[in-house]
Amino acid sequence: MRADIKIKVCMGPSGIATGGADVIEAFKNEINSIGKKAIIEERCSLHQVGCLGFCAKDVLVEVVVDGKKTIYEYVKPGMVSRIVKEHILEGNPVTEWIAGEEYYNFHKKQIKVVLSNCGEIDPEDINAYLAVGGYEAARMALTLMSPEEIVEVVKSSNLRGRGGAGFPTGLKWDLSLKIKSDVKYVICNGDEGDPGAFMDRSVMEGDPHSVIEGMIICAKAIGSHQGYIYVRAEYPLAVKRLQIAINQCYEAGLLGENILGTGFDFDLKIYQGAGAFVCGEATALMRSIEGKRGMPTPKLWRSAEKGLWEKPTVLNNVETFANIPRIILKGADWYSSLGTERSGGTKVFALTGKMKNAGLIEVPLGITLREIIYDIGGGIENGRAFKAVQTGGPSGGCIPAELLDIEVDYESLALVGSIMGSGGMVVLDETDCMVDIAKFFLEFTQAESCGKCIPCRVGTKRMLEILNRITVGNAKEGDIELLEELGQDIKVTSLCGLGLTAPNPVLSTIRYFRNEYEAHIKDKKCPAAVCKDLITFSILEEFCNGCGACKRACPADAIIGKRKKIHKIDPEPCIKCGTCFDVCKFNAIMKM
Amino acid sequence: MEEVLEKILTTYRKEEGNIISILQYLEETFGYIPENAVNWFSKKLVIPASRFYGIATFYAQFHIKPPGKNIIIVCSGTACHVKGSDRLISGLKREFNLPEGEDTTADRKFTIERVACVGTCGMSPVALINKQVYGKMTANKLIKEIKILKGKKTGR
Repeated sequence: MRADIKIKVCMGPSGIATGGADVIEAFKNEINSIGKKAIIEERCSLHQVGCLGFCAKDVLVEVVVDGKKTIYEYVKPGMVSRIVKEHILEGNPVTEWIAGEEYYNFHKKQIKVVLSNCGEIDPEDINAYLAVGGYEAARMALTLMSPEEIVEVVKSSNLRGRGGAGFPTGLKWDLSLKIKSDVKYVICNGDEGDPGAFMDRSVMEGDPHSVIEGMIICAKAIGSHQGYIYVRAEYPLAVKRLQIAINQCYEAGLLGENILGTGFDFDLKIYQGAGAFVCGEATALMRSIEGKRGMPTPKLWRSAEKGLWEKPTVLNNVETFANIPRIILKGADWYSSLGTERSGGTKVFALTGKMKNAGLIEVPLGITLREIIYDIGGGIENGRAFKAVQTGGPSGGCIPAELLDIEVDYESLALVGSIMGSGGMVVLDETDCMVDIAKFFLEFTQAESCGKCIPCRVGTKRMLEILNRITVGNAKEGDIELLEELGQDIKVTSLCGLGLTAPNPVLSTIRYFRNEYEAHIKDKKCPAAVCKDLITFSILEEFCNGCGACKRACPADAIIGKRKKIHKIDPEPCIKCGTCFDVCKFNAIMKM
Repeated sequence: MEEVLEKILTTYRKEEGNIISILQYLEETFGYIPENAVNWFSKKLVIPASRFYGIATFYAQFHIKPPGKNIIIVCSGTACHVKGSDRLISGLKREFNLPEGEDTTADRKFTIERVACVGTCGMSPVALINKQVYGKMTANKLIKEIKILKGKKTGR
């Protein structure tokens, strides 16, 4: 009896970083070295797959025997020989390494549409994609559907732009379809610049063909023959895998002239971004492809009318395109039924920060934040208390505990002062200072502001100066009000999305955590003990046993004390780096 | 050097590239944008050098100064920030005795860079030493890795 055995090793961003390649190598060597080589090779295949999702437990390895899946977590090369011997040869899974309940809870409330192939198929193999129905949707769109029909399906699926702003995708395509022009462009925005976000990266690396297929369908719908995928240069693996996928498509006749014998032509090229957050903005991205400084231009007309090189252009995000083939295949009704009335489908989020189960998740729109954080994410690590969840990156805001029961969709997040954004979700606990978080984001947007319009260039700078003086204890009465006023002005007068949303992190933290700002200003205290200039370190005598770990670790020689005797911190040389707090195993260091 | 530049020019013409792609080739070849290379292209293509620099200084990918032999990148994305990436930076600066505003050691062996996000937030805080990713870092762990590197003959 021949069984089908598949070994899948996670080679997503953190799978690679935690040594996924070594694990694959170990499996190869192990399989080659055992005597039953011939039998194994016939029965067993080894695959590298995209992100399996539960990044906190990488390297994840999935072993499938006769369709029965077993997931191993924290796999190291040294564990491979036992897995091969006991599980693959003898048929007894190594129980102590199998992923526990947490892994299953992590997946229970998720619905995988965009990520359905991520972690299942080898992203560098077009046959793997074809085997799961890949390019069927493109074939349907090219042979059976008119452009109007494609646009109608996308429209009624209720799919909205997954890049963050949530513009209805079908409407965008419709605008472009109706404009007559010989040359039109399709651009995929893979310039995932939000700090704390890796959704698009995982899709481009884990299932590049789905993005390409979505773009082919879009090209047919609007009548375009040239497409670009704009990928940030920081994602070399995404570039590599997309390029492999594009080459395979040209060979298979899925790109280039006369695709699938239908007479339709479409060329696709990768364009590497050079590292500028503002290039996520549509007009700036197009200027960047044109080889210029990526500075936004006033939106006198929509990109659908005049975009790249002044030609009609449809620009969508990676995740948006990856949704398209599934919508065409399974139908608009199926897709829209997954979400809420106003926003159809699912959304991928990068769940990170102070979570127990950090990772990549995909959930139906309309799920509550509480379900995401507690049911999927497993709650806060180290038993600390939840403080806020930051959504939407530098353009978004912080949502406090009392609003955890709101449903996640474009409107309700906007209503509480944040945005959906591209899908970064960073969870903060009681040890995070909200003023510091606001300052962190403003430092980012201020540095990334292209400098073209004054509200953004000067406004964010002034706001940052105020936040700086609040965190060092030099703030004045009225600074909060000044921040609010400036923020409102910047929000209405900036040229592009970067400036229009830059004040959000500050305004939302003032809205929900005003008392923290006040503590910094009036009492010169940082309640979360984060802002260096407002805290002091001391040693709690009753907990110190004189082990000397802090003294050895202190880079400023600010800790005095003899071995086995209670130590003390000299505030004069102390640089407040927090090293002693990190190394003390007895909780004897206090910062306040 | 001229040979290398000629080769870049040929690829650029063949692929119908633009200034950004030339700069990307230069960055890839030299690790930074050498001034004489910019002047060479400026003459060949009759594009003022200021256009090249306008673009080179706009994008984070390009370096105007030559970097050290080993490049240490500390991720300062949101997830890394809340998990203490600042402490990694200050730990490194102390270890290398770097003065304010300087990011490369005097012996040109190490350069410290901070980037906005490397996209491996699940294992924050993250640092990269010569492109190898190290997750769940502390200042001490990072310095230990660097000491190993210091012991070795360094080179890319």
